Amino acid sequence: MHSTEIPKAIEDALETCHGTTSRRDFLKSSGVFVLSLSGARMANTGGSGSGAGSQAPVTPTAAPYLDPDFRLLDSWLAVHEDDTVTFYVGKTDGGQGTGTAFRQMMCDELDIAFEQATLIMGRTDMTVDQGGSGGSDALERDAWAARRVAAEARRVLLEMASERFGVPVDGLAVSEGVISIQRDSSRKVTYGELVGGRRFNVTLTGRNINATTGVAGVKPVQDLKLVGRSLPRYDIPAKVDGSLEWAVDVRLPDMVHARNVRPPVAGARLIGIDESSIRNIPGFIRVVSRGNYVAVVCEREEKAIEAARLLEVEWEKPTTAPFPSSEDLFRYMRSATPMSLTRATGSRTVPLARVEGNPDEALRTAATVVEAEYDFPFQGHTAIGPAHGLADPSDGQMTIYSNDMKPYSLRTGVAEFLDMPREQVRVIWMHGPQLYGRTAADDAGFEAAFLAKEIGRPVRVQWMRHEETAWDTKGPAFAFTLRGGLDGEGNLVALDYRARVADYAHVGYNQPDTVLIAQLMGIRPSRPSPGRASAPAEMYAIPNRRQETLVVRFPLAFETPLRTGNLRDPNGPQTTFAGESFIDEMAAAANADPVEFRLRLLRGSTEDNETFMRARSIAVVEAAAEAYGWDTRPSPKSANSGRILTGRGIAYAYRGRTAVAEIAEVEVDRETGRVWVKRMVCAHDCGLVINPDGLRSTIQGNLLHGLSRALHEEVQFDTEKVKSVDWLTHPTLRHVDAPETIDIVFVNGDPEPDRPDLPPYGAGEPSIRPVAAAVANAIYDATGVRIRRAPFRAERVLAALEASGA
Amino acid sequence: MSNVTLKVNGETHTIDVDPSTPLLYVLRNDLGLRGPRFGCGLGQCGACTVLVDGAAIRSCVTPTSGVDGEITTLEGLSADGELHAVQQAWIDEQVPQCGYCQNGQIMTAIALLDRNPNPTDAELRQGMNGVICRCMTYYRIQAAVRRAAEAMAGDRSGSGDAGREVNL
Ligand code: FES
Ligand code: FES
Repeated sequence: MHSTEIPKAIEDALETCHGTTSRRDFLKSSGVFVLSLSGARMANTGGSGSGAGSQAPVTPTAAPYLDPDFRLLDSWLAVHEDDTVTFYVGKTDGGQGTGTAFRQMMCDELDIAFEQATLIMGRTDMTVDQGGSGGSDALERDAWAARRVAAEARRVLLEMASERFGVPVDGLAVSEGVISIQRDSSRKVTYGELVGGRRFNVTLTGRNINATTGVAGVKPVQDLKLVGRSLPRYDIPAKVDGSLEWAVDVRLPDMVHARNVRPPVAGARLIGIDESSIRNIPGFIRVVSRGNYVAVVCEREEKAIEAARLLEVEWEKPTTAPFPSSEDLFRYMRSATPMSLTRATGSRTVPLARVEGNPDEALRTAATVVEAEYDFPFQGHTAIGPAHGLADPSDGQMTIYSNDMKPYSLRTGVAEFLDMPREQVRVIWMHGPQLYGRTAADDAGFEAAFLAKEIGRPVRVQWMRHEETAWDTKGPAFAFTLRGGLDGEGNLVALDYRARVADYAHVGYNQPDTVLIAQLMGIRPSRPSPGRASAPAEMYAIPNRRQETLVVRFPLAFETPLRTGNLRDPNGPQTTFAGESFIDEMAAAANADPVEFRLRLLRGSTEDNETFMRARSIAVVEAAAEAYGWDTRPSPKSANSGRILTGRGIAYAYRGRTAVAEIAEVEVDRETGRVWVKRMVCAHDCGLVINPDGLRSTIQGNLLHGLSRALHEEVQFDTEKVKSVDWLTHPTLRHVDAPETIDIVFVNGDPEPDRPDLPPYGAGEPSIRPVAAAVANAIYDATGVRIRRAPFRAERVLAALEASGA
Repeated sequence: MSNVTLKVNGETHTIDVDPSTPLLYVLRNDLGLRGPRFGCGLGQCGACTVLVDGAAIRSCVTPTSGVDGEITTLEGLSADGELHAVQQAWIDEQVPQCGYCQNGQIMTAIALLDRNPNPTDAELRQGMNGVICRCMTYYRIQAAVRRAAEAMAGDRSGSGDAGREVNL
């Protein structure tokens, strides 16, 4: 039995992936910072061998794995003798630069140079439990505690220096981890000399981790030096030169490979397995099955793949079709009896109708009434790399190497699932393929742990492409009906929004009763939890309105490839597609310019408590129109002719406290129906920007992700299985589809100019929200044809053009 | 099982493996390389791309016995501690998000620029079109390929002055 100590090679790799690129790489990739370092410090800052991992105050190598105590300063950071600092944060980084942003903020508060720090993320035995990632809340919520503890460390270090020099703290100056006496700058001491290699032993307060604080306050924004700068992301060089070790790359002594065998149709029951069908495969170890969960384990990976393909399994089909076909989906959803109109649906809430004014009466008396139906299908994550987990069961403990965005709930969930004490389980987060909600239900992590316990050796499991595309968690399908009423002057006086969502049993965060392996084993939550369906978030002043969302279910709620989970901005793209397309329809009915119509709605009222959000909404809509060079006129564009039709459309949304307005410029090929979004403009207000280029990168990816969902992505299924299972049957945005130009405007702010203390708000998700609507509105502008069903695939657009004679 | 000999990143390896094993698993599991990754196993996404004598191939659908030539993987691109111009452009443009697909993007871009050092925008998009990025970094990838093409053209004209004079 090998030891539970993490192999040295992986320890080194963790250090790389968590924060240090080697000194050499750093100098190569970001020469600008070399200037800020003294030669002496450069010499002893060390390369990847000077260990964040190895010098951490506590580096657990064997169980029990205790929870780092967030009320101890030493749980958050360690100062080393060589003046480097390791930060420990309970977040993960899906490639949007969360780690770099945290490092910038914490370095600023501690007053050290960016390259003096490394950052360890998402390792349950070493980093405090900040819940991992999700909800675009890293900078909006979790960074505050991290900033405060860094500020507290600075305060304590200044106290130590004050004592050493016999000079009061306000007679000291600090820069890049060196404290000097203001009146005699030759007398100085470094952080490393004060506390390097030792513990602070300082207690923090706060009723929960988000409230963690010391005595010191954070700096005012004006005093921040690194925040607001486009520092290069520290994780990029190792992702480009091949040196980064990812979770999928970890190889342990004695490790074996597993692959799953899924039911051929949803809801099938396992009748029997003929193990002799694969027993002659070299290195075959075992078939493991429980309930309807089946996996094969082999010494070599390619043999496990072969064994999973060849294993003969007898299944019994369910007697009732588990769901309607995708062709029949929206008819089914509209005619189904909705689940419940009350809030009593498990721990989550199903919003009741929200009614303001008297929408029915206002619609009855309106001068013009428009009614329209919109449909948005199921969409998958279809991550580029299928789900993966590696679990090491040695010495009675369990270590899981994973890219799970929520490693803490994976740890707790696995412990419960395997009936192990929590202290015997840990999760080590490492980089992996994109998360976006997929790895918050880390099916493969649970599977690896289960199989490792069964086999008694480290087990690595990775899903196959067809398995991932068919069985990953899905963003729910929506069917909408909207009615709007205009008065005689073209003002929107009534809006009736009714949505139905197929989101009955929403998968939770690594819950041991909702992950796929648990479902297949027959484990059920006490009550299904519908997703938190939300209506479009905008700040329009409309006197009479109704917003209602009803949940519908299919015959099969569990063990289904249509299980819903969080997919980047879980309901935003769907509901905003309907809401903002329909606002455009109302603008057209009023013969009004789409920007002006929206601004009129945003300016319609000041007598409510949403003034702040409304003012910022107006600011992003105006900024987008200005950046685009918007020509004021109603849609559709007149006198559009030729094979390629061009047009522009706007959409806007709020998410949390972030406001976004986007304009898409499209080319529609009248002969093929292909839509190319040639240019995107995004005006974005998420408050304080920590790293402008990192934010731009996140927004660019988000916009294109939105385009992919608007133009290509759709889960297709017959009445028993998903049929879109690879990159041919499940198209995605590709290089040819990328816009020629993306213009991003940071509005940052502000109804009241010069308000530097506006805090950072979430930015990982908001900008995906308006994309589909902006594109649909642009297609309408170009062609006069309204596409009310996503995605706008060429054949669908062509059919709509032909039907309208456009 | 039988012995297969591969030349990878300048080193020769003899591996005892079923010769029909897709090259991807040999590179990853027998040789411990990390650049090529499993994305689809179907030749559809490009995540597993390696160069064989400079041409981009998909190692997930290439039997190990079918490889005739010298293999270069992502980790074998840099020479004397210097990154390949394409890798450098990837850093300068801050391309990767999660990064999982970027091996395929970089290897494909290198093979593309090798065949066509100065691609038009349409050629660039077509040449890269088979490599999928689900973080949707296409916009930056294309900028980085253009930047790399410029840098490589500069290198060629810089170091090739003598040759150019001959041509004039
Ligand atoms: S993994 Fe080889 S092409 Fe997708
Ligand atoms: S960077 Fe994540 S898939 Fe391309």
